[in-house]
Formats: sequence, structure tokens, C-alpha cells
Amino acid sequence: MSDREIIRPVREKEGTNVTFSPAVLEKIEKIKGRYPAGREKSALLPILHIAQEELGGYLSVDVMDYVASLLHIQPIEVYEVATFYTQYYLDPVGRHVIEVCRTGPCAICGGERISAYLAKKLNINPGETTSDGLFTLKEVECLGACGSAPVMQVNTQFYEFLTEEKIDQILEELRAQGNEDKPEKSKWIEKFF
Amino acid sequence: MDRKILLDKIDIPGIRSFGVFQNAGGYSAVEKALTTMSPEEVVEEVKLSGLRGRGGAGFPTGMKWSFLDRKSGKPRYLICNADESEPGTFKDRFLMEKIPHLLIEGMICSCYALGVNTGYIYVRGEYKYIIGILNEAIREAHANGFLGKDILRTGYDLELHVHSGAGAYICGEETAQIESLEGKRGNPRIKPPFPAVVGLYGCPTVVNNVETLANIGFIVNHGGGEYAGYGVGKSTGTKLISACGNINNPGVYEIEFGLSVREFLYSDKYCGGIKGGKALKAVIPGGSSVPILPAHLILQTASGEERLMTYESLADGGFVSGSMLGSGGFIVFDEEACIVRNTWNLARFYHHESCGQCSPCREGTGWMESVLHRLEHGKGRQKDIDLLVSIAGKIEGNTICPLGDAAAWPVASAIRHFRQEFEAHVEAAVCPVSQIH
Ligand SMILES: Cc1cc2nc3c(=O)[nH]c(=O)nc-3n(C[C@H](O)[C@H](O)[C@H](O)COP(=O)(O)O)c2cc1C
Ligand code: SF4
Ligand code: FES
Repeated sequence: MSDREIIRPVREKEGTNVTFSPAVLEKIEKIKGRYPAGREKSALLPILHIAQEELGGYLSVDVMDYVASLLHIQPIEVYEVATFYTQYYLDPVGRHVIEVCRTGPCAICGGERISAYLAKKLNINPGETTSDGLFTLKEVECLGACGSAPVMQVNTQFYEFLTEEKIDQILEELRAQGNEDKPEKSKWIEKFF
Repeated sequence: MDRKILLDKIDIPGIRSFGVFQNAGGYSAVEKALTTMSPEEVVEEVKLSGLRGRGGAGFPTGMKWSFLDRKSGKPRYLICNADESEPGTFKDRFLMEKIPHLLIEGMICSCYALGVNTGYIYVRGEYKYIIGILNEAIREAHANGFLGKDILRTGYDLELHVHSGAGAYICGEETAQIESLEGKRGNPRIKPPFPAVVGLYGCPTVVNNVETLANIGFIVNHGGGEYAGYGVGKSTGTKLISACGNINNPGVYEIEFGLSVREFLYSDKYCGGIKGGKALKAVIPGGSSVPILPAHLILQTASGEERLMTYESLADGGFVSGSMLGSGGFIVFDEEACIVRNTWNLARFYHHESCGQCSPCREGTGWMESVLHRLEHGKGRQKDIDLLVSIAGKIEGNTICPLGDAAAWPVASAIRHFRQEFEAHVEAAVCPVSQIH
């Protein structure tokens, strides 16, 4: 249970209109069809992944309310799920979210140093976003890649056997992409759902 | 002791695709099961094989299947547990990435055996690229008539769907996974009723690990008897071991049960010894939840026997001097690793991942994390060590799901085997291990 559930303040409504494109809506109908009639709520986790990707990078209250309306469930049913799972972001994030593993197997292979180096290079603490809005740094638990420790994940990509030099290079590449659309955007939604 | 069942074909170029997989003998198990065997016969072969669940608990698969309520008149479900979040474990990811059709083939045979018409693969959200690979494999199997309606004109219908988690270790626990698949928080359910009777959508459900299901094709093709001829005693078949930590060759290895720990650890075929020629300090042999063992106890049992990679041998000595095979996540620590720091790290993991339903787990993991934190940072007191033992003891066995035990065991075992190192942290008022390096 992450601490954020306890300390999170009640959020104001952002009051913006959010909707998926017709193509994404079609995809979502397909996903709902994977579950038995009357059990469409099962599609909530996949749809929240898509919502986060398509509608601004994090789950605002408006986005969650919209997802609730698509599934004909109460908004609270979406909030309680969105606050439980760590991959859903409840606050705005930078263009690239860097999730660096902090768990035992990575830690004994230099993971702590890698995490500290990232924080130093980006000049932020874990949980924060750089002032140019490009990077958010998060420390996460085991990513299932302990054999290639230390590891981090950016967007959907794994970066393994990390060294300080590698991090310099990766950050440079990500910076070069700047604020353009993520290259794999919509591609991953096509394939993954 | 190095026969393979799962990974013998992974070096064939293109084995990830349906065509290459089928040319290499793939999907013959589906044909055999659906056209020549009754569902009951498949279950019997699985019982005969002695296959035990590869997700961590090692429960006999055939027996689990025989508990499935077939008389309820409700639909039945199979869920493939691909949540794989136990620190140190990354074997299912490897299998799904390299040879996804082995899982699909095994699932089709299993669903047929269980009378299931809809199956789900619950993949942890961090493995998004794996979801893509699995969806492609399912699409190919469909296009070739191995999924969908009237498979191989036998009248049997089956759909498989991939479902994604979203970052929660607890969703690997089977009842939490069911809740999560229903679109809810991953709060484990109180058992009984067991999923075999009341599972997904209140219907009879079997939850099996990826590796467990990937073995079913071989069992159908060759018979449970031949499968049982692999390995030793009640550890039949092979096991995928994901090896990590301070070793020369981290990675995923398929071993036949019965290989010695020493050979696994030091042979160049496997871990290749400790990195940098350092000395071995400890091993967690089955994923972060199982007890840690110091070097002398991982290589040999307390009675001086060679320790083997089997369920029984790794558990020899119980919690006093043994551990568990668990999920096969083999984590190796060299002489420079700090046991206190690692124990704190893992306690933080379990605290973070506790779903919060049971006070002993929710509060206890938090206390263990903070007490270990102060020990590691030189602010501990000698009595903190016994305090930790006491907290761990109060969590163990007093919770809804086994995450509580999983959090307690690493702490209790680290203190049991490395108490001096904890004491040294208090005496030095600083971490003496990281002081040296
Ligand atoms: C906290 C916790 C986490 C678990 N995580 C996983 C997991 O990631 N993968 C898995 O297959 N089993 C996991 N299990 C075990 C499952 O509950 C279940 O026993 C297993 O999926 C059954 O499959 P098997 O009989 O084929 O091993 C976990 C159990 C607990 C208590
Ligand atoms: S033991 Fe922990 S994780 Fe399991 S149900 Fe209780 S609080 Fe949740
Ligand atoms: S501990 Fe970092 S990926 Fe497993």
C-alpha cells in the first residue's frame, strides 16, 4: 500500500473536457468484449493505461470520471483502483518518466549508485519533475529484470546493465526527442491492447 | 542432469513465430489432446507427471486441477499468472519473450482438460512489450485454427485474452489477481472458498503460473510417466532458475531437478561463480520471500549432505537451517554485501506492497522497515534485533494471504544467520560493511 493513499489531499476538479478519439474508442469496445457480458468493469485496468497515455500522461479526476462513464461504473470505483496501482500517475508527469529499480537484487549490483547519479544529473529528487517538464524520476520496485541489474524503465522501454556512461547517453537521446510525441505512442496501444 | 523440456528450442531462429514453432513440433500436443484424449485423460497424465506449481508454492498441479468444481453449471476459467513481481524472479518474462507459443500451446491443452472456454493471461503492467508478443502469438494461433470456435473441428471452443496489471506485487497472489482481473484493487480474498469453487466472477477457476502451463505440452506429448522420469523424487521435471546478484553469468537457466547447488553456482554453464573472484556470503535461493542462507548452509545441509536444486533439498533443515525453492529466483550475495541493508531494502519492498487489509501485515511491515532503517543507519539499539524477531513472529501466520509470511521470513532468517552483523551495526553506530567499501 503506497503512502500516497493516506496523505493525498482531496483533489479539485480540473474541469477540462476529455474524450478519446473514435479510433481509440473502437479499441476500447474491443477490449470490453474480452470479458463476459455484464463484467465489462474488468476492462478498467487496461483502459486506465490507455487513458493515461492518450489523455495527458496522468489520471486527472476528469479523466477518471470519463473512464467511469465509459464503463458505466461509479467514479469512486475508478479512484480506488487508480490509487492502488503504482503505474497510474495521479499527478502531472514530465514527457519521459524514468522509473529506476530500487529493490534488493538491483541494489546489490550498484542500483543505489545509479539512482543517485540520475538524481544528480537531472538535479531532482525521486518523485520530482525537471523544470523543463522533460523528465520525471521515480524509484520503483523490482521490474522483473534483475538478471540485467541495475535497470530502469522509461515509458515502455527497459534499459539494462546501467552504467553512468550509459545514463548520460540515454538522457541525451531522450532530450533529443524533446517534447515531440513519444515515438512509440499509439504504436504500443495498437500492439498491447 | 541437464535434459531440457522448456528451453531446448529457444535457439532456433524465429522460434517466436507460429510457423517456425509448429515446424519444430509445436502444437502437436494440442492435436493429440483434442483429437485422441478425453479431458480426464489429460488431467490424469498431469497427475502422473508429478508436476508441481512453478509460481512459488509447489502445489501439485494435477491435484489442483482435480479440485476444480465441474458440477456447478457455471463457466470455468483458467488464469495464467504472468504477474512475476517477486524480486529476483524473471524466468516467466524470458519464456514468454523467447518462446511464447509454448505457453499458448500449454494453455490450450490445459483449458481443454479443465473444460474452460475462456482463459486469461494476467501480465504485470511493466511487461508491456511482452503483452505485444503474446497478443501476436494468440493472433497467429487463431489464424491457424488453434483458437476460436470448433478448434481442429473437434467442437471445442476457446478464446485466450491478455490482461494487464498496473504495478502491484500483491496481484501475483491468486485471489488478489482475480480481484484485479475483475477491475478492482488487488485485495486478497479470505479462503475458503478457494478459487477452484468460487473464483473469477464467482465461477470455478484455476490459477497457474506461466512455467507450470508451459510444461503441459510436453506432458501431453510424452506422457506423465516420461515427465516424472526427469528430476529426482517428488521434484519431477525441470525448473527455470533466474540467477542474479553478484555472479559472473546472471540469466535464466533450465535445470533438471537434482543438480547440486555448488555446480549451479560455480559451473561456467550456469552462474559461473562469484563476480570478481570474491567469496560467497549468502544466497536467497527462491525469490526474495524465502529464507536467506549463509554460504556454508546453501552448499551443504546442516547434516553435511550436498545441497541439491530440488524442493526437498532446499527445504532440508526447515527454517532453522534450510530455505525453499520458491519461484526459482536465485539471488547471490558476495562477501561485500551488507545483509542488514538488504534486509531493510526487502522490508521496505513488503511494506510498500502490502495491500493493507490486515493490521499485522500493514503495520508490522512498516515497523520492520523503520527499525531496520535505523539499524542500517547506525541509530539502532541492541534490543531492536529481538524486537524485529518479535514483529516478524507476530505477522507470520496471522494474515489473510501469505504476503505477511513472505515479509516476515526474510527478516527472521537474516537475523537467525547473521545476528553478529546486526549487532556490529549497533556497536559501530554506523553500517560497518559500507564503511569498509
Ligand atoms: C504475495 C504473493 C505474490 C505472488 N506472486 C506470484 C507471481 O508473481 N507469479 C505466480 O505465478 N505466482 C505468484 N504467487 C503464487 C500464486 O498465489 C499462486 O499460488 C500461483 O500462481 C499458482 O500457480 P502454480 O500452482 O502453477 O504455481 C504469489 C503469491 C503470493 C502470496
Ligand atoms: S497479508 Fe498483507 S498483503 Fe496479504 S491480505 Fe493481509 S495486508 Fe494484504
Ligand atoms: S530488483 Fe531490480 S529488476 Fe528486479
